[in-house]
Amino acid sequence: MNVSVWKTKVDEVLKRSGKSKETLLPCLEVIQEACGYIPQEAITYLRENLDVPSIDIYGVITFYGMLTTKEQGKYVIRICDSLPCYLNKSDGVLGVIEKELGIEAGETSADRQFTLEVVPCLGLCDKAPAMMINDKIYGNLTEQSVKKIIAELNC
Amino acid sequence: MVTLTINGKQVTVLEGTSIMNAAKQVHINIPHLCYLEGLEPEYHCRVCGVEIEGEPRLAPSCVRQVSEGMKVQTNSARVRRARRMIVELLLADHYTDCPTCERNQTCELLKLAFELGVKEIRFEGEKPHYELDETSPAIIRDPNKCVLCGRCVRVCHDVQTVSVIGFVNRGLETMVSTFMENGLGNVECTNCGQCIHVCPVGAIKEKSAVDEVWAALADLEKHVVVQEAPVMRASLGEELGLPAGTLVAGKMHAALRRLGFDTVFETNFSADLTIMEEASELVKRVKEGGVLPQITSCCPGWITFMEHFYPDLIPNVSTCKSPQQMFGALSKTYYAEKAGIDPARIVSVSIMPCTAKKFETQRPEMADSGFQDVDYVLTTRELARMIKEAGIDFASLPDEPAEELMGLYSGAATIFGITGGVMEAALRTAYKLVTGKELEKIDIEPVRGLDGIKTATLNVDGLEVEVAVAHGLGNARKVLDEVRAGKSPYHFIEIMACPGGCAGGGGQPIGFDMALRGIRGQTLYAEDRQLPYRRSHDNPSIKKVYEDYLKEPLGEKSHHLLHTKYTKREVV
Amino acid sequence: MEKILTKNVGKPNSQDIEVYLGGGGYKALEKALGMKPKDVIAEVKKSKLVGRGGAAFPTGLKWEFTRRESAEPKFIACNADEGEPGTFKDRVILLNDPHLLLEALIIGGYAIGASKGFIYIRGEYYREIETVEKAVEQARTKGYLGDNILGSGFSFDVQLYKGAGAYVCGEETALLESMEGNRGCPDCRPPFPAESGFLGKPTAVNNVETLCNIPAIMINGGEWYSRIGSPDSPGPKLYCLSGHVNKPGVYELPMGITLRELIENHGEGVKGEFKAALPGGVSSCLLANLDVKLDYKSVARAGSMLGSGAVIVINEDTSIIDVAKNTMEFFARESCGKCSVCREGTRRAREILTRFANGGGKAKELDLMLELGEVMYDTACCGLGQAAMNTTASAIRLFREEFEQKVRK
Repeated sequence: MNVSVWKTKVDEVLKRSGKSKETLLPCLEVIQEACGYIPQEAITYLRENLDVPSIDIYGVITFYGMLTTKEQGKYVIRICDSLPCYLNKSDGVLGVIEKELGIEAGETSADRQFTLEVVPCLGLCDKAPAMMINDKIYGNLTEQSVKKIIAELNC
Repeated sequence: MVTLTINGKQVTVLEGTSIMNAAKQVHINIPHLCYLEGLEPEYHCRVCGVEIEGEPRLAPSCVRQVSEGMKVQTNSARVRRARRMIVELLLADHYTDCPTCERNQTCELLKLAFELGVKEIRFEGEKPHYELDETSPAIIRDPNKCVLCGRCVRVCHDVQTVSVIGFVNRGLETMVSTFMENGLGNVECTNCGQCIHVCPVGAIKEKSAVDEVWAALADLEKHVVVQEAPVMRASLGEELGLPAGTLVAGKMHAALRRLGFDTVFETNFSADLTIMEEASELVKRVKEGGVLPQITSCCPGWITFMEHFYPDLIPNVSTCKSPQQMFGALSKTYYAEKAGIDPARIVSVSIMPCTAKKFETQRPEMADSGFQDVDYVLTTRELARMIKEAGIDFASLPDEPAEELMGLYSGAATIFGITGGVMEAALRTAYKLVTGKELEKIDIEPVRGLDGIKTATLNVDGLEVEVAVAHGLGNARKVLDEVRAGKSPYHFIEIMACPGGCAGGGGQPIGFDMALRGIRGQTLYAEDRQLPYRRSHDNPSIKKVYEDYLKEPLGEKSHHLLHTKYTKREVV
Repeated sequence: MEKILTKNVGKPNSQDIEVYLGGGGYKALEKALGMKPKDVIAEVKKSKLVGRGGAAFPTGLKWEFTRRESAEPKFIACNADEGEPGTFKDRVILLNDPHLLLEALIIGGYAIGASKGFIYIRGEYYREIETVEKAVEQARTKGYLGDNILGSGFSFDVQLYKGAGAYVCGEETALLESMEGNRGCPDCRPPFPAESGFLGKPTAVNNVETLCNIPAIMINGGEWYSRIGSPDSPGPKLYCLSGHVNKPGVYELPMGITLRELIENHGEGVKGEFKAALPGGVSSCLLANLDVKLDYKSVARAGSMLGSGAVIVINEDTSIIDVAKNTMEFFARESCGKCSVCREGTRRAREILTRFANGGGKAKELDLMLELGEVMYDTACCGLGQAAMNTTASAIRLFREEFEQKVRK
């Protein structure tokens, strides 16, 4: 991992918001965004700059669904399984995605193209079932439409 | 002042008092699990809920403050139902190997379940199946028994400021773990073991050496030598059912012989030796303009803490090994020589109030005798179990002395076991070394007691010697930050990792009760008063070891066997 | 009814400050800055506006409590961490009318005496975050944020916080913990954030929809507002309609329309036959009666809660056990894990419901779950745990035979 990828962004946040614990979450978010995960050296950097023990930073990372210390795929698929999507057959859609990608929810494909996550409500209940791939929204999914979406990403 | 009613009884308490503490004043104990006196309440367990008139829900009494006119019920049907169900839920998720669990005599969950009348666990389902954390040489964590009360996290963060364990994950996957789940042995854990004391269940325990010691005792080829830390005489009896603070030095020696130890010595002997070396070092530093303040080095928890968090203070720390390690080195050299035993045959065992000692003995540099200087460390709890296992009626044993060569000790050595003791012992000898006269007022009261940081000034031939004593690593930090900032007024500082010093060591009888730790200390002060020698330099066996073997404090042999060096350790 | 909360939704470039100003935007702020802070609060109290995030606490009172505290500085935080399944109303405002929210937040800051405001937006709302960031910039440029706003002597700025994927952070104390760089575990109340909030300072935490009522109240007066909709809990409400309906969406309607009106007149009817509905997301109890008025008191009288107004419709073809199981999977994952009763309770309820769904339930476990629900309500620290069993318990009460059919023979 090229350190400069996240360090510049963290330094910007630290400069803007100050070196205090209240800056921890914003820092973790820019690292996650820049690297797709939070590398250990970034945690060390935050520990030194924010004076927060590593275990506490790790505790925060593992608390939040959008932060992770594990490398993610290029495309992070977040499919909602909360009630409005569930009532509109999100489980069927999830099944198709798992089959298409050959991975189960919570896993990353061997080629690091895809990470599949089942997440709670994305606030897209009027487009249920819905999912996000990175920051893009996909709604009113059907078993056919997800196949197409994945096929497009695959090429 | 605030007046409220608890179960129909009026009580007036200070504003800001919790309902739980107010209830104590009318002799009502509100059942609880995550609350522990000495730690900030964090209301994880929800067991201590009480009914407050006019409120829709129960309130956690550990944290909820009293208010004027409040009407509290601590034992209504609704409260009892909630408490029972919560304990039932905790048991449903608990790995219940109670008959063989380390803590089956001291388990708070077991006690709660019994006292609250939990008769049945109605929730069926998956039990946790986490891997044990056995990465540390001193402490084992079993997440399968953890009830997530958070006491260990609080003691590690708030009291010790070491902060190596914490909550990770969320929801049903929440657990207490270390950074990246690397394990205690791979983070900057000081092995102080305070987490063991606060754990209500058997989720944290020492790594036991009982079986190894039994094997050594049974091995006819081996000659097993044992040393017992100063505070053992004040706490072993307690672990074996005698009243807290019973002085059991003589019975302890007798019990050890009956367990089969070949030679029973005393760490108190090497505590006196430590004073000879450390006081000489202090005098040298003061006279020759060495690095000051000098900081004590007896406590392995503190040493590891320093190596991780204050490596810049290495020059301040006394180069003296701890009494355990001085003893270890001499047991396989001086003693081997005197007794004519091949040191390869000697197994050196120490009985310690401490979990960090298990780490210390495995440090690679602790092999100056040519062998690992101390082979096995047993905690107070482990020794007590061996005595029970052997069926020894401890209370009825006669008092026996330790063997003289490395078993005679002064009162100065005995008080090593309580915060301030090393300081007091060192001052008694340093005064003599500087002035050639004996310190008249030998009880140095300002360094006694349980205040987190204690200071004193002692006039030594016109020089005002400033000293400080800190116990508990959170308190140590305050003193050390001053040293680091160059603002420390002190010549000599004593630091002990555990609150209370060794009296509160991680290997002691389970509990976080400071008053109890203080009682153990009082026992040590009482023994000090009644011993024939009260200064380390008066101990005849100490005079002998210098005459016969070491020659002089800070001499070549001492340097080789009794002194050590420290290593900067990374913080992860 | 004249739209108050969504009046700008649908206008081209509605998120732009010029468009907002063109529609009379920031006039309410001007008016408020000309009033004494206590009079602003008095007007809000008069409106009888209650919080729209779920707890329905009177907004004016919350502001008064915060203002009354002597500690400084004070903060106002807007809770835009909308996450209750079935709720997607705040996103409509954030995306289409961010200045309405900003204007309201500045007024709130003025009223309570805060110099700094926060907007905590859930991290999955990428476009919404970007839109609000731009709006803040615009407002700064125009002098609605910053020092000496409109020459009033009042200075105020806004900082955005992004959530990172934790439903429980929508709980106000968890939200503040999260802002402070901690795990988002709720705190015990009291003390309430109004007394001890962000960094231990007095903090008013208000939901997006709640705040967006403020500009209209400033312009037209609290008296006017209190006459809209239901007299008990007046004002407009953003109802989020989802599940088995033909036209899901966010509908701004006067508080107190019936469930039937909402589904039939606005949602174009149920997909299939109506079985039940959750009026306040998965934290609420099921309603089987279509004629319940959707205001706080009426829904409460019917044994449920309006919460955030997330109306999820369930049709006859759906197993109510599956519905309950789905909600319990949600809570077991989203519980912060701190309170034993919530962490272990949701875990066990989820297991029991899974066994029922597979035809392996035990009859006595139905009453056990009802008891668990009551104990969780009694003892959990925050709303998540207190309400986690609501859907399940109401499912057992309303559709007990369905569960009994799944008892292992």
